[in-house]
Amino acid sequence: MTSMLTTPTRLRKSREASETRFKWFGRGAIALSLAFLVFMVGSIILQGKGALTTSEIAVTVDLSADNIDPNDIEATSFDSLMKKSLRETFPEVTSRGDKRKLYGLLSVDLGFELRDQIIADPSLLGGPQKLWFTASDDADLVLSGTVDRNLDEENRRMSDLEISWLETLEQSDSTNREFNTKFFTNGDSREPELAGILSALMGSILTLSVCFFVSFPIAILAAIYLEEFAPKNRLSQFIEVNINNLAAVPSIVFGLLGLAMLLNTFGLPRSTPLVGGLVLSLMTLPTIIIAARASLRAVPPSIREAALGMGASPVQATFHHVAPLALPGILTGTIVGMAQALGETAPLLMIGMVAFIADVPSSIVEPAAALPVQIFLWADASERAFVEKTSAAIIVLLVFLVLMNLMAIYLRKKFEKRF
Amino acid sequence: MSPENAATAAKLNITAGNRSKTVEMIVTGVLIACSLVAILVTVGIVFSLLFESLRFFERVPMSEFLFGTKWSPQTALRADQVAADGAFGAVPLITGTLLISFIAMCVATPLGLFSAIYLSEYASKRTRDWVKPLLEILAGIPTVVYGFFAALVVAPMLRSTGESVGLNVSSESALAAGLIMGVMIIPLISSLSDDVINAVPQSLRDASLGLGSTDSETIRNVILPAAIPGIAGSLLLAASRAIGETMIVVMAAGLAANLTANPLEAVTTITAQIVALLTGDQEFDSAKTLSAFALGLLLFIVTLILNVISLKIVNKYREQYD
Repeated sequence: MTSMLTTPTRLRKSREASETRFKWFGRGAIALSLAFLVFMVGSIILQGKGALTTSEIAVTVDLSADNIDPNDIEATSFDSLMKKSLRETFPEVTSRGDKRKLYGLLSVDLGFELRDQIIADPSLLGGPQKLWFTASDDADLVLSGTVDRNLDEENRRMSDLEISWLETLEQSDSTNREFNTKFFTNGDSREPELAGILSALMGSILTLSVCFFVSFPIAILAAIYLEEFAPKNRLSQFIEVNINNLAAVPSIVFGLLGLAMLLNTFGLPRSTPLVGGLVLSLMTLPTIIIAARASLRAVPPSIREAALGMGASPVQATFHHVAPLALPGILTGTIVGMAQALGETAPLLMIGMVAFIADVPSSIVEPAAALPVQIFLWADASERAFVEKTSAAIIVLLVFLVLMNLMAIYLRKKFEKRF
Repeated sequence: MSPENAATAAKLNITAGNRSKTVEMIVTGVLIACSLVAILVTVGIVFSLLFESLRFFERVPMSEFLFGTKWSPQTALRADQVAADGAFGAVPLITGTLLISFIAMCVATPLGLFSAIYLSEYASKRTRDWVKPLLEILAGIPTVVYGFFAALVVAPMLRSTGESVGLNVSSESALAAGLIMGVMIIPLISSLSDDVINAVPQSLRDASLGLGSTDSETIRNVILPAAIPGIAGSLLLAASRAIGETMIVVMAAGLAANLTANPLEAVTTITAQIVALLTGDQEFDSAKTLSAFALGLLLFIVTLILNVISLKIVNKYREQYD
């Protein structure tokens, strides 16, 4: 104590310094965490932006009766017609290898795209027409500037020759970039320029629906029982411990449960939203139960007592008076649980929802992919263009998560009641 | 009212009473059934894991699984030969899991704790209202996104940084996966510790401040010691999350079962191996597939123990000050 009195300034200074230092540690920790968040989300958005636009290349196709019979359009070989038109655009290309490279500027779907355009507008027939086609992924990367044209030829997928073709096309105003609607209307594809997220999105929606319809009623009823009816005995306590522990069990273990029980024992169809939804519902159950119990607990006892005093039975008091008051809180918890389920990947891998699914699923017993699984699959793909696709799919997933959480916040704010 | 009518009314009343009683009973029954689902799920998990694991241990002795140091389940040479089914020593997976979780905890503990301390002791209510939800976003981002980011951005970054200082960093290094996993569990530590620190009674703070100590001295010498059990509980819970985390390690840590403590080398984890064993082509009943369930059982037991301990600590501690 004497030293404190004799040398007040030095000690005070060091104590003050340590105080400031401590405070800045706290600020630094928060700043670092948030900086990481901004860095991660920012870099993904920057990368995914490219996949939201796509390149188109215009090719003049001769649609006269020589090439297409107006009475029997389907009989035409659209692929060879397209290839012929490309050769006519670049007459100097003669060798087989170069020709193949030339066709590679457009996506492999070029024939179908021509057919669809003609069927949509038969008046095109009769003469040469300048039509737009989807560029291939490699051409798109060059046209969008993602791949540097000045890079050494060995370090990029497109040769100088192919880039010179693209530049010719650019000079004749035959290239165009526009919003990538295919990304939202196509299913998965081996070709990056044709791959879309619709199949995965539908799969996720179906899976989440199953998850909701299974977990919501069970969770709400379980919460009501535990909060309103359960006697304070060992069984209730055991159930409670169980629920708390289930909430912390690694998600992959639920996937193993789904594989062993639902697939191998009960023989439910593999890779389907039905099984995926069931597994996810087991995972979201504890989340919803815990949230529902908290909001039931927040309803004051006076409501119950008033209902019981008016002659309502315990079931009536609960279902007519307490549960409706707790519903906004329960819904908020449910949405948060669903948002978690939407982002969950590992258990879906266990039950085989990793297959390549190009078709958009229409029922819960058809094989389907899910959005996070699609992200996982694309992240593994070797083509450079899939990096952009993955980032774009992540953006879509994050947008859905943000919307769901905003909905939860809105519900909480709107219906929040303080008793 | 005629006697006849009265009798009918009484009868109606009785049936109505009976009916409502039956309804009450049925409803209560349904409610009980729904809450039993939680137990059913736990029982289901335990039985399915145990059953398949026992079948695995018929083929591979448990001692080899727990203490063997070589893991190469892919090298099945001949299906009819048990010994040719590869090596199933889980030690490299356990050390790999621990290494990555340790790195994650090294990142998350200081960041999460200091965030919690700042938010609960220094920050104004306004800052708190803004920063807390922002930190929670980190917990809401799906792990597959973290995995993608770790594999695509962080791992190459570490590799090139390592090259520039002359270190050979594997492109699937434990460090990349651990760092990102650490960021993922920051909000878990910060929000749980925040609760614990807030539960320390104001009287302790007032007493310490009244004796002339500064805010930071109060925190270090009074609040943290009082909150230590709860903080330990939250750290255990975070560790259990890190051990059970799957997607980050699947995408960023790879499958090389190296027995090493070097964070710059590639390691694999229990969860990453489960995914590798059970996706793609699989013959059921082979030791390879069954080993995934044994790994799952190991994972379940370890995380369960951590969870039970931490929940007990946190709950007990909460009651103490309530």
